[in-house]
Amino acid sequence: MAIRETSVRHEELGLDEDDLRRMHYHMLLARRVDERSWILNRQGKAAFVISCQGQEGAQVGAAYNLRPGYDYLYPYYRDSGMTMLLGQTPRDQLLSLLGKKDDPNSGGRQMPGHYSGREQNIVTVSAPVGVQYPQAAGTALAFKMRGEDGVVLVCGGEASTSGGDWHEAMNFAGIHDLPVVFFVENNVYAISVPVKFQVAGSIARRAEGYGFPGHEVDGNDVLATYEVAREAFERARAGEGPTLIEAKTYRMTAHSSDDDDRRYREREEIEEWRQKDPIVRFEKYLLDNGVLDEAERDEISERIKAEVAEASEYAENAPFADPEDVLAGVYAEG
Amino acid sequence: MATKNLLQAIHEGLVEEMRADESVMVLGEDVGRAGGVFRVTQDLQEEFGAMRVMDTPLAESLIVGSAIGLSVNGMRPVAEIQFADFIAPAFDQIVNEAAKFYYRSNGAWSCPITIRAPYGVVPGGALYHSQSVEAWFCNTPGLKVVAPTYPADAKAMLKSSIRDPNPVLFLEHKRTYRLIKEEVPEDDYEVPLGEARVHREGTDITVVAYGLMLYTALEVAGKLSDEQDIETEVVEPRTLYPLDKETILDSAKKTGKTLVISEANLTGSYAGEISSLIAEEAFEWLDGPVMRLGAPDVPAAAFARPMMEYFLPSAERIEEAMLELARY
Amino acid sequence: MAKPVTMPQLGESVTEGTITRWLKSEGDEVEIDEPLAEVDTDKVNAELPSPVAGKIEKFLVSEGATVDVGTEIVLVAVDGDAADAPPQENVAADAPTEEFPASGTEAQPVADREGQGVDGSRGEGNGSGGISDAETLRQTRSSPVVRRLADEHGVEIAEIPGSGTGGRVTRKDIEGYVEGLEEDGAQREEQAPQEAPEPERVPLYEGDSIQDLTGIRRAIANRMASSKREAPHAWTMVEVDMSELAALREREKAAFVEREGMKLTYLPFIVKAVVESLKDNPVLNSVWDGDRIILRKRINIGVAVDLEDALIVPVIPDADELNITGLTRRIDDLITRARAGELGTEDFAGGTFTVNNPGSLGSVISTPIINYPQAAILSAEAIVKRPVVLNDAIAIRSMMNLEVSFDHRVLDGGAALRFLNAVKERLEAYGPEGRIG
Repeated sequence: MAIRETSVRHEELGLDEDDLRRMHYHMLLARRVDERSWILNRQGKAAFVISCQGQEGAQVGAAYNLRPGYDYLYPYYRDSGMTMLLGQTPRDQLLSLLGKKDDPNSGGRQMPGHYSGREQNIVTVSAPVGVQYPQAAGTALAFKMRGEDGVVLVCGGEASTSGGDWHEAMNFAGIHDLPVVFFVENNVYAISVPVKFQVAGSIARRAEGYGFPGHEVDGNDVLATYEVAREAFERARAGEGPTLIEAKTYRMTAHSSDDDDRRYREREEIEEWRQKDPIVRFEKYLLDNGVLDEAERDEISERIKAEVAEASEYAENAPFADPEDVLAGVYAEG
Repeated sequence: MATKNLLQAIHEGLVEEMRADESVMVLGEDVGRAGGVFRVTQDLQEEFGAMRVMDTPLAESLIVGSAIGLSVNGMRPVAEIQFADFIAPAFDQIVNEAAKFYYRSNGAWSCPITIRAPYGVVPGGALYHSQSVEAWFCNTPGLKVVAPTYPADAKAMLKSSIRDPNPVLFLEHKRTYRLIKEEVPEDDYEVPLGEARVHREGTDITVVAYGLMLYTALEVAGKLSDEQDIETEVVEPRTLYPLDKETILDSAKKTGKTLVISEANLTGSYAGEISSLIAEEAFEWLDGPVMRLGAPDVPAAAFARPMMEYFLPSAERIEEAMLELARY
Repeated sequence: MAKPVTMPQLGESVTEGTITRWLKSEGDEVEIDEPLAEVDTDKVNAELPSPVAGKIEKFLVSEGATVDVGTEIVLVAVDGDAADAPPQENVAADAPTEEFPASGTEAQPVADREGQGVDGSRGEGNGSGGISDAETLRQTRSSPVVRRLADEHGVEIAEIPGSGTGGRVTRKDIEGYVEGLEEDGAQREEQAPQEAPEPERVPLYEGDSIQDLTGIRRAIANRMASSKREAPHAWTMVEVDMSELAALREREKAAFVEREGMKLTYLPFIVKAVVESLKDNPVLNSVWDGDRIILRKRINIGVAVDLEDALIVPVIPDADELNITGLTRRIDDLITRARAGELGTEDFAGGTFTVNNPGSLGSVISTPIINYPQAAILSAEAIVKRPVVLNDAIAIRSMMNLEVSFDHRVLDGGAALRFLNAVKERLEAYGPEGRIG
């Protein structure tokens, strides 16, 4: 890539410097909140952590196209970059991590990562993998039935494309040209199972079988992801139907705090991918293009550090819901 | 008032609801163009269009999953599973998703879907067009399971189910689609979910039943009254889950002798839960053991007629059980 | 004050961890979140970030040690504090070991019991006590609502004609019966004492516990009370020298076990002696019938069997037709089935005389209550070696007391003693050449 091209790269995408700063901020924020979560776990305060580390570029790049409160997001459990972009705060993330009463996702009923937000149209996340796809297709269908230009962004790891639900949803979306963007974050491992034992052929090319476009993209390049996703969103808004995006990225941590990834992968592989870290790469782009200077970058870093520390203390001191609360809210009234 | 069979009543309920609320829609296999394999959704696509009455691919998980997704974006879908025997692929979406949306999101997302499915033994149905599946689902907080037998009840309860903000599994006994007819009111009337119905009053024994078994039990009750002076009180739960415990217990206490009939395989059938309830909470009023009747524990009705009839609890077997209990 | 740092729970089901390496030394300063140690669990291996800032005072756990989650592992003097905290004992969060309650029943000390745990015999699922078949329970206990109505109206289930299965009293039966009573205004003689709807209660004190009556306890209570009320009890006793019989038993018992597969006890000998003595003294084998006495032809001996909290009396019909071996077999069978709860109504029917054996539990004198409406009951007591006078010299003999309680309306002391002496003679007649018949 020639310097001349990259220097207007974001402009060509219709992004201004504020956009870029926002993207950077959310990628770094997601990373720091995540790191804090691991520390809380290793200190015995948080029972379970499931990470976004390494995938922040893919998440922010894709989700940046959402119109919060209008479009719908079906995230999966790693997508803290997306949910915070849409408005969840570090406090929210850590309240959820610790299962406290004011956890916005579930009031402490669900494990961390099971996002939910009515105002942001983040649909409640489940544990069985892949169930979100038919649901997302249905949500997209509703937009189409009402002639609206809403879009549904539905996400999952590469393993979520192995189950029947993904295929049933892809098929259905293809039949009815539904305004849904299937965003697959291929992070190479499903717990310990590497992609070569998970995926036959190519995920991106499967879309062709279902009658709509599929794209592979470097998921660790936030701008590249943004570009591909923007096209997909525009297609959907115009009533042209679904798109499949396979963002190639890498899971930098173990699957969760209950997983020891030394049993199945080499440190060298992780280090190789660390060289392609999306945040480092984007910071370089920002510095190179004069969007940020070093002093600003450090200031942002400090600011985020303070925000996360405050959020952590807040969440650690927040109360749990009353035990009897477990009995409430089984059925909706009215 | 006009006489309608169960099929017509359900159809009418659907039509009226779709006319009253344009967010109500129907989706499932063959429901649109063909009007449904039992004709329950006949003519609906003509009136409401191919989006509101949608023929889906053959994919039960998708049918229920997309219904869930539709319901979080302003629609009120009535999904059809063509035969209850085929509901298994949708089990995850029903039990792990629809039933838990509201609770797990701490009230943020509700899931107002209705899932209709025909169940029950018919001649020729064999293993995969005859099953009773309600027991699988009646252990799922967040879900409601209803199985009204009579047309007037079914029409009103379908409307209640559609209006309910919670997911409702609406079971229809396919044998009774045309078999049972009754007067159905023309004007608006309501039958809320969660209420049982006493079809027949009596003082000697209580029979709790639903579906074809209810219909048969009522016939036998008439016979026993005429021929043997045995007065049977017949109670239909109508909503299986959550159960109207009060009505059932009142009857059990009144007669002291209860027989619970379910067409499902006896072991693990929902009759067990109802019996347990009575044995525990009506114990001091009991004048006889709480009895159950069901199909033998074999994988469903056979295709060959003689075997099918042996499998299905017959009027004779029901009468025998009722007599034994009455005479205890 | 130094703050302790505890072993965290690294992983949802983890209960312990191993410090593989301390990353700091005692005396070092440590910052918040700075790695303190490498920790190894069966799920994950991780560095432990310090939750406090300060100076490391003392490691409480050495490298390589495995400790439970929650155990204190290091003391850190938090910034600004003096370092002088006494090291604390590790508080291990062990699950308490479960102590199983001492199981097993006490061994029966007596020879003529086939000792086995009594506890499970009521487990046939049919209520309490040893008698437990559905038919009996239907007769005696009917159903919850019938029992309640019987209680409320103070009537006995046993006396109401039943139209239900197997003659069971149904709710309708008892309702009709009660209605009938009320309509006639008739006073019926009740067998059982009338219980006032609110019986007089004794005062309760702290520590007292209430034991509700089981069905069988109530039945026994009623029977005993009515027996004592109806029959004027008299009682007399003789002493029996069982030495020769004891010797015979010693000689024969090994061979007997091998041949018959059962233990040879004293009870069949006693029953045999009783049976033959009843033939000579038929008035003991009889029944009071209001204004006459019925002398029973058949000799059906009831054998009292002690279950843990109840006494039952199954019957050996025509006991006079059996020899020692036959009697042994019968008694053994009754006791076994009694313990297993397998006795049926037919096993209790038709008794004409009862033999009681409190001696097997160590009794040397007892005054049994007649098994009404029989005329008498015999008790055989423990066989005890005693010094007695024999031929004007002191001898050590195996002595057993034998008593009879009898209905004084039916017979007098003379008849009772004639009978007792007949039994005594027969038991003392076994000599060195004696055989088991």
